[in-house]
Amino acid sequence: MKAFTTLDALVCPLDRANVDTDAIIPKQFLKSIKRSGFGPNLFDEWRYLDHGEPGMDNAARPQNPDFVLNFPRYRGAEILLARENFGCGSSREHAPWALDDYGFRAVIAPSFADIFFSNSYKNGLLPIVLPAEVVDRLFAECEAKEGYRLTVDLPAQQVVTPDGTAFGFEITEHRKRCLLGGLDEIGLTLLHAADIRAFEEKRRADQPWLFA
Amino acid sequence: MSAQTLYDKLWASHVVREEADGTCLLYIDRHLVHEVTSPQAFEGLKLANRPLWRKDSVVSTADHNTPTDHWDQGIQDPISRLQVETLDANIAEFGARAYFPFKDPGQGIVHVMGPEQGATLPGMTVVCGDSHTSTHGAFGALAHGIGTSEVEHVMATQCLVAKKSKNMRVAVTGKLGDGVTAKDVALAVIGVIGTAGGTGYAIEFAGEAIAGLSVEGRMTLCNMAIEAGARSGLVAVDDKTIAYVQDRPLSPKGEAWDKAVAYWRTLVSDEGAHFDHEVVLDGAAIVPQLTWGTSPEMVVGIDGKVPDPAKEADPVKRAGMLRALEYMGLTAGTPMQEIGVDVVFIGSCTNSRIEDLREAAAVARGRKKAATVKRVLVVPGSGLVKRQAEAEGLDKVFTEAGFEWREPGCSMCLAMNADRLASGERCASTSNRNFEGRQGQGGRTHLVSPAMAAAAAVTGRFADVRTLA
Repeated sequence: MKAFTTLDALVCPLDRANVDTDAIIPKQFLKSIKRSGFGPNLFDEWRYLDHGEPGMDNAARPQNPDFVLNFPRYRGAEILLARENFGCGSSREHAPWALDDYGFRAVIAPSFADIFFSNSYKNGLLPIVLPAEVVDRLFAECEAKEGYRLTVDLPAQQVVTPDGTAFGFEITEHRKRCLLGGLDEIGLTLLHAADIRAFEEKRRADQPWLFA
Repeated sequence: MSAQTLYDKLWASHVVREEADGTCLLYIDRHLVHEVTSPQAFEGLKLANRPLWRKDSVVSTADHNTPTDHWDQGIQDPISRLQVETLDANIAEFGARAYFPFKDPGQGIVHVMGPEQGATLPGMTVVCGDSHTSTHGAFGALAHGIGTSEVEHVMATQCLVAKKSKNMRVAVTGKLGDGVTAKDVALAVIGVIGTAGGTGYAIEFAGEAIAGLSVEGRMTLCNMAIEAGARSGLVAVDDKTIAYVQDRPLSPKGEAWDKAVAYWRTLVSDEGAHFDHEVVLDGAAIVPQLTWGTSPEMVVGIDGKVPDPAKEADPVKRAGMLRALEYMGLTAGTPMQEIGVDVVFIGSCTNSRIEDLREAAAVARGRKKAATVKRVLVVPGSGLVKRQAEAEGLDKVFTEAGFEWREPGCSMCLAMNADRLASGERCASTSNRNFEGRQGQGGRTHLVSPAMAAAAAVTGRFADVRTLA
């Protein structure tokens, strides 16, 4: 996994609640057996004016000029500012893969759907929950000022605005350690293989029908 | 020990180890695998040269990409075909307890196949790279939808890294009225708590109306827990649960069965157990439900109207409603029963089991598809459901009504295969998501029960199934 420490980056505001993973990456792109290359199809139905299918030359497709990702001022954004319940719906990890492949490193929202939230961490994409009134303020500032940037400081667990205001956010110690070190979670779990085997053997003795 | 909820019991019995911050290694008993969310996980195992920890925990099928007609021609879309063939190859290489490939008699939607094979048992932890894994909570199993990294993690370690959720109980009191089904209960619950209401919780459904549901109805309800934001839904074990599980191909037999049943009987919330949040709905007051917008929480009763965004105080919600009305091509104040439909879809992991098909057939019997309805797809959840329906003559009821009787699969629920809506088409669908583009770009989805879908098919508009006796 990619490590995440600090990030100072351009912010793109996506002012919609309940953005679901079908919107983030439509189903036709889930036919891929790879985990890369989804960036050009991020928000495909909102971003382009035609219908997208795998294998198209996305650079040649007509872009929707009214969709925020296509605004020149947000080109190169690495922080997505979003509304509540971001990432709801399907468990498809293609959603964080697409956000990551596009270039986003963090998403800030008042709330996230549970599965998207945990999928994001596994890919070095940091989902940050801030109170709704703080998110409102960030939307207002971002829309008012072209080139609006935020600093995300993971060691300090803070989002810092251009005027130096810092907002703290929560993250479990386990996730923080994995992100800061870019650690392989499977490798970490396998350090406890003996514990897993012992648990499994007891379970096999108590509930043998689970191992039939 | 103090009183525990069902979720507390299931969680505690699977914790291998716990870190100081509450992060746990949770042991996984059953891993259901399908073609869409597994290829990258198998590839990860290969790249790291890691074996599958316990192949007898894996039960697999192909469902999302498979066509629902012309099976003799195979899978026409080469990208879909590659994904399904990749699953075949991965299962051949890594192994599984059971595999139901494309065209196998046992093939079907993973959440229909698992329970009918006895691959889902009470007290298990069940995971699958699919959010509707919550379905299996209907058996008193702790079932989570997971992402592909977690699929790989479970394959490699038999564990999930997870933190315990909070406990919510949704009690549905009283008896449901005639024509009111588990799907209506699910939509009514989401209408009350919202699509994020269950975020961070495991929801246990309880109360007289839930006890009165069949096991298949409970599956429909738990299936939709994720649409309320909860990764897991649960129903306590009772006689119905045990009767459903008995004599399934993978369920325990003989002495093991007796021992298992004795344990399963303990899988109920203790008297006085603490729930962090409780919601009570009057089951007798629930009327047939249907969605009007692009989120499952945008739902009304069949006697209702398209709501008016001007009456919504929250600006973010109001903007969402306005956008939904525009996408759905609807005007505030329109009675729901005046809205006509173009397409009807009866199927999906929510509503494609035999009882769902019986419920739809009871409405379709002796009636014809309305002339204004372009097509009605009936897609059974599995090969076993299909054959059972045919043995009961339900296929004839559907075809005589002008409905199409298809092969099993996920089909138009998510439109990964050829079954999809054209832009602007309006669909009465028994599936679980009415998101923009879910059933095809520009398609307009209204979520309903199988009986309500059949009623829409024969009347050409949304109709109150209770008046179609």
